[in-house]
Amino acid sequence: MAFGPHLLLAALEGLVTSAVLALMALGLSLVFGVMRVVNVAHGEFFMLGAVLAWWIASLVTGHPAIGFLLALVISPLIVGAVALVAERLVLRRLNYNPEATIVATIGMLYIIQQLALTFYGPQARPVDAPFTYRILFPWFGYSGYKLSIIAASIVLLTATWFVLTRTKIGLVMRATQYDSETAQAFGIPVDRVYAGVFALGAMLAAIAAVLIVPITQAHYLMGMDPLLLSFIVVIIGGLGSLRGTVVAAVLIGLSDGIISAFFSPTLAKIIATLLVAMVLVFRPQGLFGTASR
Amino acid sequence: MRGGNSSAKVFLLHIAVIGILFALNFILPEYHHGVLARVMVLSVVAMGYNMLFGYAGLLSLGHAMFFAAGLYGAGLTAYHFGWAMPAAFAAGLVSGAVLSLAIGLLALRTTGVAFMIVTMMFAQVCYLLTFYFSEWTRGDDGLVLGQETRRLFIGDFYLDLTHPATRYMAALALFSVVLLITLFIVRSAHGRVLVAIRENEERTKMLGYDTFANKLVAVVVSGVICASAGAAYALLFGYVGSSFASVQYSILPLLWVLLGGAATTLGPFVGALFMYYVVDITSSYTSAYLLIVGVALILLVLYFPKGILGTIRERWIRWLP
Repeated sequence: MAFGPHLLLAALEGLVTSAVLALMALGLSLVFGVMRVVNVAHGEFFMLGAVLAWWIASLVTGHPAIGFLLALVISPLIVGAVALVAERLVLRRLNYNPEATIVATIGMLYIIQQLALTFYGPQARPVDAPFTYRILFPWFGYSGYKLSIIAASIVLLTATWFVLTRTKIGLVMRATQYDSETAQAFGIPVDRVYAGVFALGAMLAAIAAVLIVPITQAHYLMGMDPLLLSFIVVIIGGLGSLRGTVVAAVLIGLSDGIISAFFSPTLAKIIATLLVAMVLVFRPQGLFGTASR
Repeated sequence: MRGGNSSAKVFLLHIAVIGILFALNFILPEYHHGVLARVMVLSVVAMGYNMLFGYAGLLSLGHAMFFAAGLYGAGLTAYHFGWAMPAAFAAGLVSGAVLSLAIGLLALRTTGVAFMIVTMMFAQVCYLLTFYFSEWTRGDDGLVLGQETRRLFIGDFYLDLTHPATRYMAALALFSVVLLITLFIVRSAHGRVLVAIRENEERTKMLGYDTFANKLVAVVVSGVICASAGAAYALLFGYVGSSFASVQYSILPLLWVLLGGAATTLGPFVGALFMYYVVDITSSYTSAYLLIVGVALILLVLYFPKGILGTIRERWIRWLP
């Protein structure tokens, strides 16, 4: 393949990664922005979403689209419920202390990972894509499903943006993010907002996982790399900023796709991680964020 | 509390612990003898971690890189260049010092959550580097140091570190030295400044202390201690692999310190020993040992944030360092 088409292919792959990454990072960013909690277990919610999607799809016979759509609805709901329980039982009792919650979410990471290994096993299993239409470019055919992931992600991101900026729920969330004590004084049930945001963040990760699982397969260790990438996206984009998160996701996804198509993926990861650590050291508010209060 | 009487008690307690460990060499059954040697080396990592987390209040999620720096510093020089044991061990210490100085200069510009994430990312870079240079490190498969590289020559006479009793004594020597060094540091002026920084950094700064310099010293001391454990692990147990640089080896010292009691000199050892046996005993019933680690972490932060020795100090023995 010539360089141009090769680059196009790498860019398309990168955009698919960006689409999934944006959803997942948005969940992480919401949880951090509103609750000031760094959720290290976020990658495991992603993994749980994928594993549950496989389980749900395997229960349903008939056209693969039925199983996939069921998984797309049910899997995030279950993951959201798990997150809700975890929030009520653990995070709330820690008073959302940043350091204690990191240690606790590391604990959750190990628990979820081990339970997945015990009950789901070490195999990687695929979920059938809901449709297999291929779009033919002059140089290569490309999976129509992958392009639909990008579309789905755009729809979901727009919906989240709409909820955050144009509805009462969004207003309550932003008020809590801005100053939780004053919000409480104005009668906002901050406690319930926290629970809802944590569940919502986990559900976004689960949706991202269900969308990607027809391409990558479900595996109990699949949460680690997306977690690190999401951290990178959230940091570059500025913690708690929706626009920054989306821009950073596209940037990171595209460069990840293109760099790993032409260079060693390990080297790409090393450089990306190092650059992000440097961003955090020298520009802690992120490349697009404003200085924190 | 700081009277001469309690100083003597503190000193006697530490000497007694070392003495008991020395005596155990002669009475422990073979299996537990081997476990204890390993736990002593691993608890040195926890002691290094405790310097930073317990006393200075800096929670790092990347200490695996310092352990790995010592491990590879000693392992690679011994394996590829055939360096003798003291030189290889020194190489491990030097690589730990250089790495921790560089990381400290960068990471200490951040605080709180950002510090945790930055240290985690630098550790991830180090982990990936062990794969990138797999021509030298052989990645996950790792290197096995042969018996001939693990002999300590003193003139014509040599100590064979593959021999269990010698290995136990070498581990105990490292453990004792590091334990006494940490005891000395936390009772020194520098140690008190670290505690002051943990409690209120702004106020400490206002009192005229250079908090950055003190924290930097703490990072380097902590890094070198962890590297000494890594170097000792490579030379005593003869295996050098990427898994020791993984994020899990950053989390385990945190768990040991939390369990044993942060900011207690003997807590890291108690935590490491306790956790090792918990995992060891449960693994005969279930292979799900990560589950135990996870549950332990959550229960500790929820109900037992001071750890075993921290609670004992609070309730009963006030003079415990």
